[in-house]
Amino acid sequence: MKQSQGHNRPKKYGMVIDLDKCTGCGSCMVACMAENNVPFKKDETNKRDSITWMKVYKLTNGKPFPENDVCYLPRPCMHCEGHHGHSPCVSVCPATATDYSTDTGIVSQIYTRCFGCRYCMAACPYHARYFNWWDPVWPAGMEQMLSPDVSVRMRGIVEKCSFCFHRYQRAMDKAHLEGRHELAEDEYQTSCTQACPSGAITFGDLNNPEHKVHQMVKPDNAHGGRPQAPNAFRLLERLGTNPKVYYLSTREWVRKAGDNSIKGEGKAHAKH
Amino acid sequence: MDSALIPQGVRRCSLGKFAFFIGIVGAVLLWGVYAMLLCWLKGLNQTNMNDYYGFALWIWADLAVIALGGGAFFTGFLKYIVGKDELKNIINYAVLIGFICYSSALLILAIDIGQPLRGWFIFWHANVHSMLTEVAFCLSCYFAVLSIEYLPLVLENRQLNKVPFFHNLAHNMHEIMAVFAATGAFLSFFHQGSLGGVAGVLFGRPFSFREGAFIWPWTFFLFTWSAAAYGPCFTLALTKLIEKVTRKKLVGDKCVDLLAKISGWMIFTYIIAKIADTYYWATVTAPEGGFTLMDFYSNNPMYGIWILVLEIVIGGIIPALILITKKGRRSPFLLVTAVIFGCIGVSVNRWVMVLQVMAVPVMPFDTWAMYYPSWQEVATTILPVAYGVILVALSYRYLPIFPQEKELNY
Repeated sequence: MKQSQGHNRPKKYGMVIDLDKCTGCGSCMVACMAENNVPFKKDETNKRDSITWMKVYKLTNGKPFPENDVCYLPRPCMHCEGHHGHSPCVSVCPATATDYSTDTGIVSQIYTRCFGCRYCMAACPYHARYFNWWDPVWPAGMEQMLSPDVSVRMRGIVEKCSFCFHRYQRAMDKAHLEGRHELAEDEYQTSCTQACPSGAITFGDLNNPEHKVHQMVKPDNAHGGRPQAPNAFRLLERLGTNPKVYYLSTREWVRKAGDNSIKGEGKAHAKH
Repeated sequence: MDSALIPQGVRRCSLGKFAFFIGIVGAVLLWGVYAMLLCWLKGLNQTNMNDYYGFALWIWADLAVIALGGGAFFTGFLKYIVGKDELKNIINYAVLIGFICYSSALLILAIDIGQPLRGWFIFWHANVHSMLTEVAFCLSCYFAVLSIEYLPLVLENRQLNKVPFFHNLAHNMHEIMAVFAATGAFLSFFHQGSLGGVAGVLFGRPFSFREGAFIWPWTFFLFTWSAAAYGPCFTLALTKLIEKVTRKKLVGDKCVDLLAKISGWMIFTYIIAKIADTYYWATVTAPEGGFTLMDFYSNNPMYGIWILVLEIVIGGIIPALILITKKGRRSPFLLVTAVIFGCIGVSVNRWVMVLQVMAVPVMPFDTWAMYYPSWQEVATTILPVAYGVILVALSYRYLPIFPQEKELNY
């Protein structure tokens, strides 16, 4: 785990997704793939071996018409903090190819160090990690469209959402040139956030009370970042993964769908 | 033609018959090698693994052969450290089986990783928090120990032993074998345990996650215990198999009875611990994550509660009860039944701790994930079996693996 260094206040970048606003259009997925040079196959029918850093799930309340209700749930990497940075995947990687940064709260993936054991994938309950089963090949001419800021990944290694970390680096470079150490809220935004047409995704520093993400969920840092806002929740809160992606919904069934609960036990309890 | 290489005073089949047998098994081996090359050259898209099944048949095979090969370290521990001298009659065979199992495990791991040329990163960029790092270090070191334990056997070949240097080397290595046995037992404790820890630390996977002591989840201790308990079952099962194939008695009843008895009591105590662990997990650990026991065993086409019964009752309680009773051990049928059930029990345990972990949905809106291996995965899993058969055949033919063979047959 990388320790905080320098004189910057440690950030905890995170995301808040308002599920009541999400229409399931998939813009976030498309923007993510284009921004991050995510490879694709000719035949993408098997979703279990295709790479989608941002994946949109369709949830239903299971009731017949007219009570039937649908919710679309975008799922990037949760950038879990776990317990003191021991997120599920970071703690298990045998070659230190994935790291939790206490400077940014971002879980990184070091492509050139990953040797493809896939233990991190087994550890991630969100299925947010993807293996490159094939060599990345783009249709002729499309290589010209790849982003020069993001390295393409070779066959046999794991990749995942980086919260568009290259955008953070670019913003920090600019800030340093201008003699600043801090970024303004809008200087570092992920591509999915900017692509969402309904404004369902908000991104920022959860540690910064001036940032919208902080105000929307009011994370309780004394209790593993648990949201204090009434309609906010995190996926699989009870497992103690301590994710940095929060969801909002006014619908109770949607909030309940975010975690497992045993019949008759009442409201879910958080582990941390 | 090769009679000069065969140990003195024992009889072996003709070279032609032997070569024919090796040829058939060799063909299977080549099939596995072909599949292995496909995986290395074309990548893991040759398998049916996917992003839900990052761990699949190979990792199960890896864990299973390591557990079954546990007979080597535990028999060595009993003979050299505890002082059960009777086990000298089976220790060579136990070491040979251990050597095959561990070399197979390393080969499977080399095929399983996506970037085999970077395999050394696990040592170079080691993450000390990862159970897999501990597995890699202990596994490699213990394989080195097994090689050292196997070497004197090779040097005892009739022709090699005529060379004074080899003769003296083998003799002196035997003299200090207790040191290697102790080292092997120490390393095995950690790598068998860390293999259990691989699944047990996954706090994002409620099916496998276990609490524990210090940094080790309970699965750490259960895996070590089960390998020590069931490993001798595999050694005994293969002893009975080779006796059947060669139509000879190769290990004395007293030795078999002793190892079976120890194995029986180890399984008996292990299965009590396993039941306690299962009970605590089902009633405390899993519910804390929002799961009931039956969430893990329903709403899917394969994993019913039967698999838990198969593992604990058929693969645990029954063999334990047979092996701890004199009557059970003395009955050839019951003995063979018990050791086979034991091998099934530990293999099922490793299966569920690898594949069922991947199958169980964790997010409430996710679904069960089923998987079947591709032919390339099956072939590369059979590859070490064929390699093992060949190595056992060669060792049996040319090395004094069974010290009692002459006394019991001629």
